[in-house]
Parts: sequence; C-alpha cells; structure tokens
Amino acid sequence: MASKLKVATCSLAGCFGCHMSLLDIDERLLDLLEVVEFDRSPINDLKRIEGMVDLGLIEGGLCNAENVHVLRHFREHCRILVSVGECAVTGGVPSMRNHYTLRECLDEAYIRGVGVENAQIPSDPELPLLLDKLRPLHEVVRIDYYLPGCPPSAEAFWHFLTELIAGRDPSLPLQLLRYD
Amino acid sequence: MPHATVAPVQDAILPILQRYDRDPQNLLQILVEVQHALHCVPPEAVDLVADHLGATRAHVRGVVGFYAFLSDQYLGDFVIHLSDNITDRMLGNRELAEYLCSRLGVKLGKVRADGRVSVNFTSCTGMCDQGPAALVNGLPVTRLSRERIDRMVELITARTPVSAWPTEFFEVEDNFRRSDVLFRRPFEPGSAIQAAMLRGGDETLKDIQLEEALDPASGKLWKRGADETLKELYRSDLRGRGGAGFKAAIKWETCRDTAGGERYVVCNADEGEPGTFKDRVLLTSYADMVFEGMTVCGYVVGSGQGILYIRQEYWYLKPHLEAVLARRREAGLLGSNILGTGYAFDIDLHWGAGAYICGMESAMIESIEGRRGKPRKRWPLPVVAGVRKCPTVVNNVETFAAAGMIALKGGAWFAAHGTMHSTGTKLFCVSGDCERPGIYEYPFGVSVREILRDCGGSSAQAVQVSGPSGTTITRSEFDRVLAFEDLATVGTMMVLGPKRDMFELVENFSHFFQHESCGLCTPCRVGTSLLVNLVDKVACGKGSPMDLEEIQKLSHIMKTTAHCGLGQTAPNHLLDSLLKFRTVWDARMMTTEFEPAFDLDEALEEARQLSGRDDAEAHL
Repeated sequence: MASKLKVATCSLAGCFGCHMSLLDIDERLLDLLEVVEFDRSPINDLKRIEGMVDLGLIEGGLCNAENVHVLRHFREHCRILVSVGECAVTGGVPSMRNHYTLRECLDEAYIRGVGVENAQIPSDPELPLLLDKLRPLHEVVRIDYYLPGCPPSAEAFWHFLTELIAGRDPSLPLQLLRYD
Repeated sequence: MPHATVAPVQDAILPILQRYDRDPQNLLQILVEVQHALHCVPPEAVDLVADHLGATRAHVRGVVGFYAFLSDQYLGDFVIHLSDNITDRMLGNRELAEYLCSRLGVKLGKVRADGRVSVNFTSCTGMCDQGPAALVNGLPVTRLSRERIDRMVELITARTPVSAWPTEFFEVEDNFRRSDVLFRRPFEPGSAIQAAMLRGGDETLKDIQLEEALDPASGKLWKRGADETLKELYRSDLRGRGGAGFKAAIKWETCRDTAGGERYVVCNADEGEPGTFKDRVLLTSYADMVFEGMTVCGYVVGSGQGILYIRQEYWYLKPHLEAVLARRREAGLLGSNILGTGYAFDIDLHWGAGAYICGMESAMIESIEGRRGKPRKRWPLPVVAGVRKCPTVVNNVETFAAAGMIALKGGAWFAAHGTMHSTGTKLFCVSGDCERPGIYEYPFGVSVREILRDCGGSSAQAVQVSGPSGTTITRSEFDRVLAFEDLATVGTMMVLGPKRDMFELVENFSHFFQHESCGLCTPCRVGTSLLVNLVDKVACGKGSPMDLEEIQKLSHIMKTTAHCGLGQTAPNHLLDSLLKFRTVWDARMMTTEFEPAFDLDEALEEARQLSGRDDAEAHL
C-alpha cells in the first residue's frame, strides 16, 4: 500500500466552522482516512508538525502574533498550503474591526464595555499581542490554493480534497461556488 | 469655513438654479457653478439644490462625491490642482509640489488653517506639451518653475485675485507643429454646411440662391443634401478619432434610421486620456470646424440639438467657446433658421467635473443627464437610445472636425489620404522627452520613427502610444505604423528618453487607473487597487516573482471581465512593461520568496504601546 498523504489543519482567527464543515463529509471521513493521515490538527489535538506534511489547511485570518507564528510554521512544513474559508481568504467577520483603530477596539472591550470591572487593557506576557489590522493569510505567506465559502460546504471539501489527492486540478465546479 | 469674498450660500445658488431652470438633468452643471462660486458644495447647498430640483440629498451628495473637482469641503480662497501625468513628473512636478507646499506652509491635500489655500494633485490637465501644469481656481497655469511658484506664493499672500494675476501665467500655446490637409488652411465658417445642403443638386442649382434651393416646401432637395452628404461620409470611410475607430457613417446612418422623436449630436471633448491635448487645440483654434461638423451631423441625422461635453480642465475656454457659438448664431449658422433654410440646430456646452470615465460614451450620457458618470449596460447602444433615451451620435472632437471637411470637400478627397483601412489624417499629441512637443498632423500610416524624428525625440527608449490605456512601444518597434491596421490610437505619443526609469511609468499609470475607476464593477474597482498594491510592493523592494505572477493573473481577470474599456485596458501598461521592460522589475526583486507588503513588527507597535509590553514575544 502506498504511504498515506500527511495532512495538517488549524484554525487561526476563525470560528472552527470550517472544521465543522469538514467533519460534515460524515462517513466519507473513513474513506478519506484510507488515503490520508492527520498530522497536527484539532482533530487529534497535536500541537506541532513534525517533519514535512503534504497538505496544510488553514481556517481563519491573522489577528495576533501567535497566528503569524503558526502560519509561518505551517508554511515551512507544508508542501501545499490552502487558505480555507472566508476569514482566511479575505479576513471575514473578524476583519470588521479594521474600520477602527486597535485602541478603539480595546477601549470598547476592556475600558468602556458594559459590565467591565477593574477596567484595563490586558498586558499579560502570555497573551499574544494583537496586530493593528486583521490580515488574510495570503498577505503574509505564499498560498497555493484557496477554498472559499463561509464555511466551504462538506461537498466543497470533499471535491477539493479528492481531486487534489488524485493529482488533479482541484477547481470547484460552479454549483459548489454558489451560495444563494 | 466661509470667506469674506464668498457670497452667502443662498445668494450664490438661487441665480444658478434659476439659470438652469431647476431641471434635475442640469444637476451637474448647477453643482459645477456652485463649486466655482463657493469653492465647495457645502451641506446647506446640497439641501438647497435637492429641495429646488426635487431630488434626494443622497443623489446630490452622490454626484458631488463622484466628480474630482466637486468637493464638500471648502478648498480655500486659492485652490491649486497640480497636474500629475507622467509627463509632468518627468518635468519635475513632484519636486515643485514639495517646494510650493513648503513655501505656502500647507500640507498636500489639506486646506491651510487660515482657509487661504490648498494644494492637491489631479490627473493630467491636458497641458503635457507645456508642463509642469496646474489649475488655480480652475484656470490653467503652464510651465511651472520655482520662479513662477515664488510669484504665485507672493500673489496668494497678498490675496491678489486670480483675475489680476499676470496673464503670461495663463498663456496656453497651441504648439501646432505640423499640419497636413485638414488643418493647413483656416476654415471658412458656414462653408461645410452650405456644401452639405447643396450636395447632389444638379448644375443649375449652383446659380440659384441657397434659400430658394433649400426651400423646405420642396422637401426633396432638402433631404437630398443630407443623403448625399452621408454618402460622402461613407466614401470617406472616416473612422472615429476617439481611439476605437468605429465608422462614423454607420453611426450617423443608424441614428438617422432609428425611430424616435428628438435626436442628439454629442461631441466628446472629455479628453481624459493622459497625454492627450488635441481637442484643446481644436476647440481653441478650430472651434468653427468642430461646431460645423456637429451641425452637418445634425442636418444628416435629423437632430436639432448638439451638446459639447467638455472636461472641467478646459473651463478657461468657456468665454471663447460661448463667443464662437454666439457669433455663429448671429451669422445664421446655428439657431432656428440656419442659412435661411428653416433648419434648426443649436449647441449647448456641458461641463464635466473631473472624471476620466466620462470619456466613455455611455458614462458621458449619464453625466449629461446630471448623474454620476457610470457606464450604462452595453446595449442598447447610445446611437439607438442615448441622451434622454433618444437616438444619439457621440463622436470625438476631431471626428466632427474631419466630418465637416468631408462635407466640404467630399469623401474621395479624404480617402485619398492615409491607408486602406485608416483614411485621412490624424492629429498626434507629442509630449515627453523630445525637443518640439506639440500637435502634429500626419496621414494615417506614419511610422513612430518618423514622428520621433520630426519632434526631435529619436533617442527615445520607448513611446507610450494612445495613453496609459494604450501600448508601450520599444526601439525595436519604432517602424510600426500608426493606423488601425497596426497601432490604433487616440493620437497620444508620450516619449520616454533613454535615461527614464520605465518603472515610474507603471507607478504613475496604475495609480491613475485606481483613482479613475468609477467603482461600478468589481474587477475594475478592486482590480485597479490590487494592482496598485502590488506595484507599490515591488517599488519598495518587497516584491517577489509570485507578485509578478499575481499581476498577470489579475490583469487577465480585468481584461476579460471588467464592465467597460477602462477596466479592460487598465492593465495594458503593466503587461507591456513586464514583457518589454522586465529588467526594471527584476532590478527591484530583492527576494525569490514571498514577503508581506507591510512590516509585521510594525503592525504590533500599537498593541505594544497599549499594553506597555516590549518583551521578546511582543515582536515579530
């Protein structure tokens, strides 16, 4: 048997909705596991990629320094890197904060917010610092493929992954790009 | 920020509204006049105009927001717009802008605190052969220099009104360097109309009075002149001079044969393509010829109303054009009874307000009707449903001038010049690195090399033909010919000398298209911005081969999916540059790996300040 393809996934500034949608391929997950093996992923809770993997799927955009570190780690360790879902591709809902300064955002959440006690902007070194603007992935590293959708449907994941694994062009047919 | 010399808003606006009959279709004309009177369109003016026209405030504000020369902020007693075409940059306008701003103590794009003055850049003002150029309170100042700027600063400091500034500041030269068969001799007003109306009459008609010959009661003869003139236009094979080269006769005939009440003849003098200034010269020195061509067109297609849509940058021509029109009315060449025949035709001036897109004919018609200049759907064409949904001929200034001469001298005469598929002569606007910039008339089929030799620009490394939306030609292509068979062009030739950094061209052009995209369709609105981001990224040394691939991909999307010619042609200069001047791009490639266009560590600076952190983890 040929060795399985290694796949890593993660969610940055996203909602895990894309991962949920991936799981919606349901029992086909078993077929998928016949040909792929998950490396670092919330599915198995591994935290680092060891060695190189064939395919990296990243959900969510970049909102803080930790996101950038994870993205760079993926880029270094994935032969093919895929930007998955609205937030990764365009910034999505989290990028709505880009209309405001970071100070305005933090003031609203931690200083003037309803029910805030002991108002202060968090400064614990354990917390990753926020970027001034939320960024989509392709503004920081090279991205090989984009899988759009909010979230991409299970069918879109299935089509994309099976085509890519089969060594074909994983372009989505029109019906998988229609959202209305 | 009201100023003492500016009348209260209401006093200024009511007479303007009166003059334009409170007609919502005149909204743009009203706003242009308000802007000139108040140096802005303040909120109370928006309210007043909206009330009187029965329009919504959102509509009025939408129009104000669309056009570059309309502003909701007071721009100062002295409003300076510096032309920012590549030819102005080549003449050092950026350095002069800095000097001007520092002398005035003003920040570029901001009004000085005392409300006296503001300085802004604007797209090409059509003075490329005598730049660097500027507009001061709407009037063109040419040949800017430090000395001239020093004088301007003194005059502004002394609050000297622009009307009392030295007239030599505002001198605009024709620089008509070479004329051929169309523009060699002065044009005799009325001669083309007369020839058109008499055309096809037999020998005996030559001896009788025009009034008699054209007695509308006879009907037949009247129509014969129009039909015969159209035949001459077919014989001439005249193609539109705006760049696209559509055959004028087909357009005129379609307009004539389309059922409808009123018809319109629109002359496109928007001339927004950077580097183009022939229409300015024609309207300065050959206005009769242009108006006569429009009148002949009206006669042929059965229209009573002509409109000259002219760009705001040429506002200084207003008194001149109005005088020419008045003189023609007096001479019976316009008005309700042209040459005593009962044929009625008149021409209105319609001013643009700073929008390149309005050179596109359906966007221009939207603008004529007082709206934002957004292109309409492709079908129906304006010739079927144009101004006020009536059949409309839209032709370039130069096309009408040529049509007038064809009416006078016949189609065969015209077709004897030029090439098989590009008959007649063409005006070329030559600017940039050459000894004799200006207007050159050549028969179609002239080579780039010949023009370069005549203008003293033979050492050029490249020529930008037909403006930013056109083609970049390198030395090895200088034997190519200017004609629809090879290099189609509106007539613009910007010469790039051997020492020019060709990358400056793409920086200038890509920003131009981003600014001028009308925002209607996503490929153009978003595409032009993404292209600017990529060009700027390469410019600051963060570009990689992947970014160049991205430019090519985006260009392909824009060329195939943009709604109109603006978006479809906006990437041309980038593709040409990547193909023909790859070395200037490669010289800026510092890395083969993808790099962000922005500084990631800098992106954490605000968070560092807010949290007071500066530990290792607080950096990227």
